[in-house]
Amino acid sequence: MTEAYIFDAVRSPRGKGKKDGSLHEVTAVRMAANVLNELKARNDLDESQVEDVILGCVTGVGEQGACVARSAVLYAGWAESVPGLHINRFCASGMEAVNLAANQVRAGAGDLYVAGGVEMMSRVPMASDGGAIAVDPYLAMSAYMAPQGVSADLIATKYGFSRDDVDAYAVESQKRAAAAWAEKRFGDSVFAVKDQNGITILDHDEFIRPGTDMQSLGALKPSFKDLGETMPGFDAVLKIKHPDVERVNHVHHAGNSSGIVDGATAVLIGSKEAGERLGLKARAKIRHTAKIGSDPAMMLTGPVPVTEKVMAETGMKISDFDTFEVNEAFAAIPMMFMEEFGADPVKVNPNGGSIAMGHPLGATGAMIIGAALDELERSDKETALATLCVAAGMGAATVIERV
Amino acid sequence: MTIFHYDVDADGVATIAWDLPGANMNVMNAEGFAELEAAFDKAFADDAVKGVVLTSKKKDFAGGMDLNVLGQAKAEAEASGLNPAEGLFNMIQDTHRMMRKIELAGMDFKTKKGGKPIAWASPGTAAGIGLELGLICHRRFAADNPKAKIGLPEIMVGIFPGAGGTTRLIRMLGVMGASQFLVEGKMMEPKKAKANGLIDEVVPADELLAKAKEWVLNATEADCVKPWDAKGYKMPGGAPYTPSGYQMMAGGVAMIHGRTQGAYPAPKALMSAIYEGACVDFDTALRIEARWFTSILMNPSSGAMIRSLFLNKEALEKGAVRPKDVPDMSVKKVGVLGAGLMGAGIAYVSARAGIEVVLMDRDQEAADAGLAKIAAILDGGVKRKKITEEGKAEVLARVTATPDYEALKGADLVVEAVFEDPKIKADVTKLAEAQLGPEAIFATNTSTLPISDLAEASRDQNRFIGIHFFSPVDKMMLVEIIKGKNTGPEAVAKALDFVRQIKKTPIVVNDARFFYANRCIIPYGGEANRMIAEGIEPALVENAAKQLGFPLGPIQLGDETAVDLAEKIMRATKEALGKDYPESNGDDVVQHLFDLGRLGRKTNAGYYDYDEKGKRTGLWRGIHDKFPLADEQPDVTEVKHRLMLAQVLEAVKALEEGVLEDIREGDVGAILGWGFAPWSGGPFAWLDIMGADKVVAICDSLAQKHGERFNAPALLRDVADKGETFYGRFGPEAKAAA
Repeated sequence: MTEAYIFDAVRSPRGKGKKDGSLHEVTAVRMAANVLNELKARNDLDESQVEDVILGCVTGVGEQGACVARSAVLYAGWAESVPGLHINRFCASGMEAVNLAANQVRAGAGDLYVAGGVEMMSRVPMASDGGAIAVDPYLAMSAYMAPQGVSADLIATKYGFSRDDVDAYAVESQKRAAAAWAEKRFGDSVFAVKDQNGITILDHDEFIRPGTDMQSLGALKPSFKDLGETMPGFDAVLKIKHPDVERVNHVHHAGNSSGIVDGATAVLIGSKEAGERLGLKARAKIRHTAKIGSDPAMMLTGPVPVTEKVMAETGMKISDFDTFEVNEAFAAIPMMFMEEFGADPVKVNPNGGSIAMGHPLGATGAMIIGAALDELERSDKETALATLCVAAGMGAATVIERV
Repeated sequence: MTIFHYDVDADGVATIAWDLPGANMNVMNAEGFAELEAAFDKAFADDAVKGVVLTSKKKDFAGGMDLNVLGQAKAEAEASGLNPAEGLFNMIQDTHRMMRKIELAGMDFKTKKGGKPIAWASPGTAAGIGLELGLICHRRFAADNPKAKIGLPEIMVGIFPGAGGTTRLIRMLGVMGASQFLVEGKMMEPKKAKANGLIDEVVPADELLAKAKEWVLNATEADCVKPWDAKGYKMPGGAPYTPSGYQMMAGGVAMIHGRTQGAYPAPKALMSAIYEGACVDFDTALRIEARWFTSILMNPSSGAMIRSLFLNKEALEKGAVRPKDVPDMSVKKVGVLGAGLMGAGIAYVSARAGIEVVLMDRDQEAADAGLAKIAAILDGGVKRKKITEEGKAEVLARVTATPDYEALKGADLVVEAVFEDPKIKADVTKLAEAQLGPEAIFATNTSTLPISDLAEASRDQNRFIGIHFFSPVDKMMLVEIIKGKNTGPEAVAKALDFVRQIKKTPIVVNDARFFYANRCIIPYGGEANRMIAEGIEPALVENAAKQLGFPLGPIQLGDETAVDLAEKIMRATKEALGKDYPESNGDDVVQHLFDLGRLGRKTNAGYYDYDEKGKRTGLWRGIHDKFPLADEQPDVTEVKHRLMLAQVLEAVKALEEGVLEDIREGDVGAILGWGFAPWSGGPFAWLDIMGADKVVAICDSLAQKHGERFNAPALLRDVADKGETFYGRFGPEAKAAA
């Protein structure tokens, strides 16, 4: 079988996902085009060789609607022969773009792909694309749907994570992200977003709050308590599916949940032959990909079953992985992962994650693959697992291996 | 037969007046629909007719559909060999066609011109189809009649408004405004109905028709066009895929799901009809409503709920089991012995029903304390505007609180509610009967002591009976009437007439340990105690009960009814049964809490913890020191089966042993008495929905795992073996045929 390799991965810095965020002025299509051209420039890429540009994007309405990937290709001035594909698997969209590209390469359906994602959350608000799952009574009741944060609180309850536990995790995420930036651990993967005159708009992750401590987090009110307990009372819905729970412990808040940010990323993926043809050096092999569906009520447990699937299909053990990227959608998610697999906390999200740096929904999945690759190269290790929990009860994972 | 009277006045206003022959209240049936359509056709076709007033010749507009018709339609469709769902769907669609035709009033649909104005004029109550007819009219008038109730109560009997009421009300009021009517089934008096957008005008009763006609004569063509038929219509509050509508819908779905615990099919179907209908045009929405409504009529739960909560409840209230040849025995003066919580409650409901009451206790102070309890209940009513200060004074004036037995002279019924001690009960029986005429009936409100034993203290066992109220008396709708072995028909008739007077629902059972209701409730709590002893997570037990549709879990029920009562019953039962007493590790849980003085809500500590204000804060986890949580927890389905069968098997045994004489009473009594899963229609209806053979299989597996208390009673096994149903074998039709 043909193998799929990562030749390069670049990402934008993550801007605060609000009006006062630095990237708020940049359109989603321009962001996506920027990242494509950054990838092209760094690799001296003949983009006409690209079989497809696959971009993950969760909120595909407004400027992110109507196949944002094709729009980005055209905006970037790429050859019109390059098509674009927009995909959505919620938070794993970016990862799924990479996995889809890799698996097509493996299957021989084209030998060079660009995969990544874009989400300008300050411009296209999360959930503004509607969707039946929260409002179609038949569906919502069948799935025991609740907002993610309430489900994350249910996970914390079931695993017995206290408010202090999740806050401590968040403090550590901030510490690691700040240290990673201080030590320039992301190398040159993060490019500066510039305007049409070449003036830099943003060149660093601006969401990080390095001074975060237990005291500052302790002052924050739980974000999902009212939704859960009072209006409209999602806890009661979740307890129908999980009747062993007496009371949901609402521990998550803005400080221990992923940040709302703007950002985009792109990964160049292809076969060995394509690399040789174009003079591209493979940085890593995409060894395995997986996706699963899981309980939509707990919603965010996906990293556990998808990792089990990876291990079952590859024969790998947790000890075989040198580093893990487990998306910090909420603090309870990587904590659950560590609890279930006994993974060494030092190896899980070693450079911080979405709590500190933010979670541009459609892009994060590809960004953490890039982050894992950077970490393997920095620490001169071999194998990484990246995984995310996904809305509506799904999970996705990618295993990469340095070559 | 004329149901709808048609008449045109000199001004050219046609009046279509509803008057179902031989009935106090209009209800709709197939003939009614046909006549109504014919009447409107006539009005639309007659050029001399300018418009129509739809009204009633009775004091109310209508009580709703004839619910028997829905069952019959289903049975007819089944009998004709057609797909019954298709038969029902076609019938509902035909109703929509007819009502839509009336709503459009002969106008040209494109130009919206040429429609004849139709006013709805309701003299009183308008429920269900009664209001749905109002919703197709162009203006709704109601007589200023504070006793009238206007609304759509369908959801209360397991269905939802299916003659366009759902689709129209959502479009009139939005999801938020309509939900109190559709989802909660709220009924409102006319002024409140107007304030909440249900009707347009409240007018003096004697001007009702005149005002309606006046409107018809002055109405413009635009007045005849419903908002949803007008250009640029937007749903109030926003359709589901608008920012405001989305939030509302998502919240509404969750709220209803949580509140109903997913146990009830009708609210689910209603919500789907609302949501799917709100996404499309009006006529498509009606068709969607018809499909969901059909699915609800096809669901066995709706039939069971209608049967128990409407048809059979009403039948029992109207004396279905009353001895036929005993003349009216209405109570004029009642003596209530014992002015405690129960006694005061019984005195209250009696006085409220206009009956003269003597409330007695051992001294004046105790009797007055009872009177104060009545005043407190009334004060609550005044606060909630259920009664006026004058009304309160009138009720209190009917009650004489005294320790003097002579005050009982002239009473035709005495209900004793003194301490549960046979000796005390015997004494008061004798003292009271000494004052009574020979016709008077003596009743005991015991909940635990055999009636036949207590009757031995009476001068006339023939006129001695059990009337078992539930606490709190003013709120609980069930009254369990218990016949001792010598109780005669006049005593039964008296008890039933009394219950009718106080507007409660009676069941009549024979004398046996714990009668019917407590016989079923006690094992329900007992099973929960066993599960705690086994180390099953108590939250799982509580949540399982809620998912079954019980208003409160058995563990919370244990705190509400008090642990010392459970301990007392346990001890007394052990004593009475001796070696036959079924040993239970659940008893250890009761004993443990009792020993610790954790007696439940009244001590602010029981199975649950409470704060200083008496609010439940959570399950008391100290229980696990003695009964540790098991590592392996059962599936919720097994917990549900255990909780359900603990009650249902007792109901079957009560029928088998002749304690219950009529399964209708078993079902209605279970729902009203202890909140037995209303969606199921009661224990026997639940058995029929589940299928007796399937229940026997569950019994077999539970018996193997948890002991012989789950053995299927012979009667259940027999029904299963013969492929029968309980209603098929024991229902009133089967009974009449036998």
